[in-house]
Amino acid sequence: MHIVTCIKQVPDTKVIKMNPKTNTMDRSSAPAILNPYDAHAVEEAVRLKKRYGGFVSVLTMGPPPAVKAIKTCIELGADEGYMITDRAFAGADTLATSYALTQAIHKIAKQKPVDLIICGKMTIDGDTGQVGPGIARRLDIPPLTSVIKVVEINREEGYVIVHRKREDGYEVVQSTLPCLMAVEKEINEVSFASLPNMIRAARYEPHIWSVDDLENVDRSQLGLKGSPTIVSKVWAPPKPSEGEIISGTPEEQVERLIQLVLEKTDRLASKEVAQ
Amino acid sequence: MPEKFDCIVVGAGPAGTACAYELAKAGVNVLLLERGEYPGAKNVMGGVLYRQMLDEIIPGFYKEAPLERPIVEQRFMLLDKESAFTISYKGLEWAKEPYNNFTVLRAKFDQWFAQKAVEQGALLVCETVALECLVEDGRVVGVRTDRPEGDVYADVVVLADGVNSLLAKQLGFHKEWRPDEVALATMEIIKLDKKVIEDRFNLEEGQGCTIELLGDATKGILGTGFLYTNKDTVSIGVGTLLSGLIKHKIKPYELLEYVKNHPMVRPFIEGGEPVEYLAHLIPEGGYRSMPKVVGHGVVVVGDAAQLVNAVHREGSNLAMTSGRLAAETIIMAKEYNDFSENMLDHYRVKLMESFIGQDLKKYKDVTSFFDKHTQYFEKYIPMLNRAASQMLAVDGLSKWEKQKKVWQTLGSTGEKLQLARDMLRAWRVVK
Repeated sequence: MHIVTCIKQVPDTKVIKMNPKTNTMDRSSAPAILNPYDAHAVEEAVRLKKRYGGFVSVLTMGPPPAVKAIKTCIELGADEGYMITDRAFAGADTLATSYALTQAIHKIAKQKPVDLIICGKMTIDGDTGQVGPGIARRLDIPPLTSVIKVVEINREEGYVIVHRKREDGYEVVQSTLPCLMAVEKEINEVSFASLPNMIRAARYEPHIWSVDDLENVDRSQLGLKGSPTIVSKVWAPPKPSEGEIISGTPEEQVERLIQLVLEKTDRLASKEVAQ
Repeated sequence: MPEKFDCIVVGAGPAGTACAYELAKAGVNVLLLERGEYPGAKNVMGGVLYRQMLDEIIPGFYKEAPLERPIVEQRFMLLDKESAFTISYKGLEWAKEPYNNFTVLRAKFDQWFAQKAVEQGALLVCETVALECLVEDGRVVGVRTDRPEGDVYADVVVLADGVNSLLAKQLGFHKEWRPDEVALATMEIIKLDKKVIEDRFNLEEGQGCTIELLGDATKGILGTGFLYTNKDTVSIGVGTLLSGLIKHKIKPYELLEYVKNHPMVRPFIEGGEPVEYLAHLIPEGGYRSMPKVVGHGVVVVGDAAQLVNAVHREGSNLAMTSGRLAAETIIMAKEYNDFSENMLDHYRVKLMESFIGQDLKKYKDVTSFFDKHTQYFEKYIPMLNRAASQMLAVDGLSKWEKQKKVWQTLGSTGEKLQLARDMLRAWRVVK
């Protein structure tokens, strides 16, 4: 079974600073990491490989330093890494990204047919979750989003059974293979990489492709040109104001709480009136 | 089957990286293990990097390494509560190639240095802790790491795991360091405008200055404070023997706050924004604390071998040279395929013959001497300040009378004799 995992190197948004003047992320202020959801995707691919046998490839699109993210995937147990990097890809939105990755997947599949594609739920810098389903649509295979468990893969009969997360529980879904899964964090815990994998990753050189290495590429669908998304405005969400810790005897606390609730609802009511 | 390398170096600081660099350059298959997220993530020093020793490893390194400022002035401030007696040397020969020394920020510098070793062919694996040496028949044959399937083998293991060197301790090379063998340094990196730094420290653009603070900077406890200029930050810190902190019941960060607020120091950092707080142990036991540095299949380098010259605040240069000397010995040992203690002892001999052994021997009693005889820091530095104040104050007294008064500040005849004796003794210890 050949599993391709799509990954992305992202700035660690836990520590990133916003440039208050331009309202954009100051990417130099944060270390580049493997998108956390993608780490779970790679982990799941490696676990499925252990369960059913097979081969795990990882694919990313990004600038040359993103090789580090591929190495992290090799540490986690992936077998091969592919990176597409070219100025032609720069400025891509989710539509253009899914197009470029799909072209790369076609090329990988020529070397070794692909049975399953696993993506993280979304990236922590874009937060859209659109690239995975975009790839599935372009490959014309079923997209299974919000996957929290892979129950069974039957390659002979060509189906997979997974659990999909819902607000009120989960649903059991059966799909044909090949398909694409976008996984949630709950699907697994990322393991502590073994020393042989760390050593292998330190030595590993991924396959690096430019746009010329891909076949049948419609350049008008790449990068900024192929991106219809318009960002009209970006702003940092305002920091929530500090809360109030209510202390005292239970009676005092209840009293204060009621007082606060009344105050707030008053304010809400008056706002409605004003509107 | 665990992998076997020619050599495993534990720790990607200056000593380990220098060693791995030289080994890889000679075609030795070397694994460089680092516990931090990246080399330098966990490493701390005040910030002076000497040019000569790294130049011997990577000629002309200063043209590309991430350095802060070449140092053109070194000041020594002997502090009392509200005064300072300053000695300084500034020379513009240090402002141009090949330079004397630089300030560096270790998080940046160590990454660069390790990358150089990787370019030579060393295999760097980070976020991996070496837990113990693997020993078979009395020989070190590899290390056990904290990772699954974490054993890895080698002909020789280089312990560059820093001041605490748990691995050397496990091998019985040294005991737990005594509080008078290690200093605790705490420091802050304070952000200031480039121009402000240059104005306050009297520097031309791009030049750097170091100030060592003695006396009241450490409240008279044996140790020093320091103030180093980086590109757009200033490193300020204070280091004292652990035993001194214990004896005076003072917390290290209190001492740092004290020196930051000292009236002779405060104006340098006024208005700056602290961006980092760091603390680390420094091995300052010197020659007498040096552990066993060679065993069957193992050598110890850098801080792990107590290679620090506390008097001249040199450490990273000793570390790099020790790493280089260890590499030379390992390359030779590989030619003979003999990694016995007897063969590797060549490293110890080279180390002791080099400036490292000579300097450590020269100052072998300095730390313990000043630790025992507290009057130098507690009494004589304030005395010097009072004498200077009296000498330089213009108050209508004739110069004859001035000299007499200065002479009086030195105390009674008995005290003067004591002072003379103490100065002679101190001279003998450091000469």
